[in-house]
Amino acid sequence: MSGPAATEVVRLTDITKSYQMGEETVHALRGASLSVQSGEFVAIMGSSGSGKSTCMHILGCLDRPSSGSYALDGETVQDLGKDQLADIRNRKLGFVFQGFNLLSRTSALENVELPLVYGRVPATERRKRALEALSMVGLAERAGHLSNQLSGGQQQRVAIARALAGRPALILADEPTGNLDSHMSEEIMDIFTRLNSQGITIIMVTHEPDIAAYASRRITFLDGCIVGDTKGGGDNGGQGEAA
Amino acid sequence: MDLLLPLRIAFRALRVNKMRSFLTMLGIMIGIGAVIVMVAVGSGASKQIADQIATMGSNLILVLPGSTTSGGIRAGGGSAPTLTYDDVKAIRNECPAISLAAPSVRGTAQVVYGNMNWSTVIQGVTPDMLWIREWKTVRGREMTANDSDTAQKVCALGNTVAETLFGDEDPIGKQVRIKGVPFTVIGVLEAKGRSPQGTDQDDAVFVPITTAQRKLFGSPIPNTVGVILVQAKDQSLLAQAEREITALLDQRHRIGPTRERDFSVRNLSEILAVSQQSSQVMSMLLGAVASISLIVGGIGIMNIMLVSVTERTREIGIRMAIGAREGDIMLQFLAEAVLLTLLGGVIGILMGVGSALAISALFQWPTLISADAIGLAVAFSSAIGIFFGYYPARKAARLNPIDALRYE
Repeated sequence: MSGPAATEVVRLTDITKSYQMGEETVHALRGASLSVQSGEFVAIMGSSGSGKSTCMHILGCLDRPSSGSYALDGETVQDLGKDQLADIRNRKLGFVFQGFNLLSRTSALENVELPLVYGRVPATERRKRALEALSMVGLAERAGHLSNQLSGGQQQRVAIARALAGRPALILADEPTGNLDSHMSEEIMDIFTRLNSQGITIIMVTHEPDIAAYASRRITFLDGCIVGDTKGGGDNGGQGEAA
Repeated sequence: MDLLLPLRIAFRALRVNKMRSFLTMLGIMIGIGAVIVMVAVGSGASKQIADQIATMGSNLILVLPGSTTSGGIRAGGGSAPTLTYDDVKAIRNECPAISLAAPSVRGTAQVVYGNMNWSTVIQGVTPDMLWIREWKTVRGREMTANDSDTAQKVCALGNTVAETLFGDEDPIGKQVRIKGVPFTVIGVLEAKGRSPQGTDQDDAVFVPITTAQRKLFGSPIPNTVGVILVQAKDQSLLAQAEREITALLDQRHRIGPTRERDFSVRNLSEILAVSQQSSQVMSMLLGAVASISLIVGGIGIMNIMLVSVTERTREIGIRMAIGAREGDIMLQFLAEAVLLTLLGGVIGILMGVGSALAISALFQWPTLISADAIGLAVAFSSAIGIFFGYYPARKAARLNPIDALRYE
């Protein structure tokens, strides 16, 4: 499924993350190592508190690990400053959230343009790429609609388009179907599958086995450690695999 | 990122909460408006004084005769005829710092023309006097040295007198009677308006000083004059001229330890400059009071910006996740604050200018709207936006993206 010259998009080495919560020190990650090649579609699973969200934040360059190293698309990022991390998020990552997280009272097109705005892409180029991304999720004709006038499924598709617009090395989806009914979930997962088949690397956090079944690789977290890593599957049949 | 974009984003954010944005701007509007009005009224008043000073003539020194003492009671300054023509000539010839010295006498009398009459101030002057006071003749001719040397019965009318006695008629060449003495009107002077003391300067008739002394007021001691008006060569020479005149008259009047000074020298321009200065101080004070309301308005902006940052925490999180740097978020909220204050400032300027014009029209107060004040108001209101917007904007920029995204 991945291209002939697959490169390593993500390399996590012995990542730990602990933080203070009142008196207690919480060890959210206890030495996770992970390598993701370009063109992979990875589902990260695990119960709440298993460290999957923390891992997602670190993967998304929203948080820095306490120890360990992280190379994203060949760049070592664990020691970068805030502004540099912002640039990495802008150039290399695309986020899809559970709650869509579009800017309200703002058109679909402008939402999709947003990462390009912060990437200092010139206006005409911005528009072109945003429209391109919208047509990839089949919403080109809704470009002018305000985000709050769209249905939940459409909003999530706009969010996917926004993640695509910056042409990132990796798309991170955090429970992308959590707020959607089963029909719309299927629609969204079809889009992810199609994008993946075009060579786009996706890492998705979910706790639903039937959603995870769309992915080509499933990683399971438990108590801050990776306890399962199975490849294969990726068929759309919805045959869930027990975590 | 170009600067237009944050402004557009800011404009949209302000439009979402129209009422709130308006109320927030109101503080700035009132503040800026008040500053503009106060400064306009203040500088209008000081300009009026400056104009009056200009009508007096420039670099003036007044030499007044001393007081009379009779039976131990001292009358006011100028009551004794202690200055003479010779004093005037001496000042003119021996003080290098002065350019002109003009004696005058004054009294009040009734002026009659036909069946009209008018009581006014009669000033006996030499042609120099009108020169010093930069008082132009608008009709007829100016008084000449010959008129004054040969005590001609001619007069020049102040504008008020001319209008009162002659109305639309041309006064030149007509005969008026002053204290029963016929005088030929040779000129009408331009209107000067009110003096700094509030008297109508145009309510006066000017006759040659010699004629005034011989035919109108007489003089107990021959050869004396009332007030001597002196013009210094230059503003920087005013103080020197004052010293020279005092020294010269001290010598001529033999003023010493046993003899009290029988004249006084006043620097007229200085007195007026002081009154102008006090009106400027007044206008600055008013402006300062008004700018307090600007600070209050600024605090209102800060308050609303803090609320706005809290409300939009999630939006900030989204922007950060997508790749906005701290500086981008900072700029966005600063732009919003500056837009609020600038819009408020512009509306405030319009309100202020409108109120100043209304005050001029309704109360006949002079107001002066200067471009400086407007420019300052614009600069000041954006400065308030930056100053009071800085803390909320920094608060927004320093948010942790994960917490911001989780914020409900």
